[in-house]
Order: sequence, then structure tokens, then C-alpha cells
Amino acid sequence: MAQRERPLSPFLHYRWQYTNTLSILHRITGVLLSLGFFILVYWLAAVAGGPERYAEARSCLGSPLLQLVMFGAAFAFCYHLCNGIRHLFFDMGYGFELKTARASGWYTAGAAVVLALVVWIVLRGSLGGGA
Amino acid sequence: MSLRSPLGRVLGLGSARGGSSHWYAQRVTAVALVLLGIWFVGSLATLDGGSYEQVTGWLGSPLNSALALLLVVVAAYHAGLGLQVVVEDYVSDNGTRAAVLVAVKFALVVAAVVGALAVLRIAFGVAA
Repeated sequence: MAQRERPLSPFLHYRWQYTNTLSILHRITGVLLSLGFFILVYWLAAVAGGPERYAEARSCLGSPLLQLVMFGAAFAFCYHLCNGIRHLFFDMGYGFELKTARASGWYTAGAAVVLALVVWIVLRGSLGGGA
Repeated sequence: MSLRSPLGRVLGLGSARGGSSHWYAQRVTAVALVLLGIWFVGSLATLDGGSYEQVTGWLGSPLNSALALLLVVVAAYHAGLGLQVVVEDYVSDNGTRAAVLVAVKFALVVAAVVGALAVLRIAFGVAA
């Protein structure tokens, strides 16, 4: 029996464009932030647990590995926030023209990187580690 | 003309099922999280070092504990909606998919309850 040609999923034959990467990054940072949510809960529980628990959590979050994770979370937060706002405009029907979508993609990525560095520099002390 | 069968329509099935409410909830919680996220990170930035007294003083005020409670609940809800889509897209086996979805939702609800209780403890000064 002859095999009919079936339509392929978009990701199997679309040419790569950097906007694809921005899109999948939104999903990846979303998953990372979901994991980060558990760190937030851990931190809140430590605050509620009293000064000793809080000090423990601070030194735990201050370990090099966790600091790396926290930096990842800071970047994921900034990227997901910026690109999320971009997507909300898409959802309202704005910014679909190829030129606009590409430009807003660059602005979003740039803003996310800058914002992540600012957040990291300012917050390093407050989120464990630091001092 | 509708492409849905009468039985499918009665059962609320069809290509979208309850998809539009999922989509809509994802956007509404996204808007809320833009505001709550900026509040949270902005507040952390003013803590300057984050001693225990600073953090409890900040989270202990009525407005801040209300916002923190909202952040925990809305973030868990938004994460649940988002992870559900990711799981549905990449886990093709029906049984595994159902198991993963239930595990994800359980974990998020447990985390949300723990987070909410922590905020309430801080708000009502049980820890102090």
C-alpha cells in the first residue's frame, strides 16, 4: 500500500530563525522558574521557621552551586518577564509584522540580560551568600 | 456549519474542549505575575543585606504579606498551567502523561500550601 505524504509538524521543516530560539527559551525559563518556585517556598518556610532556620537557609543558598542556580533563576525571571510581556502584546494582536516581531525579540533579549545583571548585582546580598 | 458531532457537542468535547479557559487563565495570571514579580524583586532590592529582622519586618506588614500570599498562590497556578502544556506536548504515552500531570499538580499544591502557611506565620508573628 502506497504511503501517503502526511503533513509534518512545524518544527520538522521550518527554517531556523532566532525568534524560534526566543520562543523555546520562554518555555525553558518557564520550567526553570517552576523549579525556582520551590526555592521561594523553601526560603519563605525558613523565614517562618525563625532566625536559626533562616541563617541555615542563607548559608545553604549561599553555597557556590546554589548561587549558580540563583543566578539562573534571576535570568529566567527577567527573561520570562520581558518575553511574557511581549507575548501578551502578541495575544492582543499587536507586533505580528515580521520586522516588529524580530525587533521586539532583540529588545526583549537585551532587556532580559541587562535586567538579570542588575537584579543579580543588587540582590546578591539579600538572597543568601553575599556578606 | 459545525464540524463537531452532536454527541461531541453535548459532551463538551471537540478540538478545543476546555482549552480556551486554560489559555485565558494563563494570561490573566501572567498579568498578575508581572505586577507581583516586579513588587517582589523590587522589595528584595530595598532589603539591603536581608537580615532576619529586615525580612520579617518587610513580610510582616499587612500589605506585604497579602501580596506575598497572592504571589505564592498565583505563581503556583500559573506554573501548573504552563507545566501542564509542556507535559502534554512532550509526554506522548497516555499513562505516563497522566501520572506526570498528577505528580506535577500535587507538588505545586503542596508547595503553595507550605508557602502560604509560611507567609501567614510570618504575618501573625508566630515565628517571632
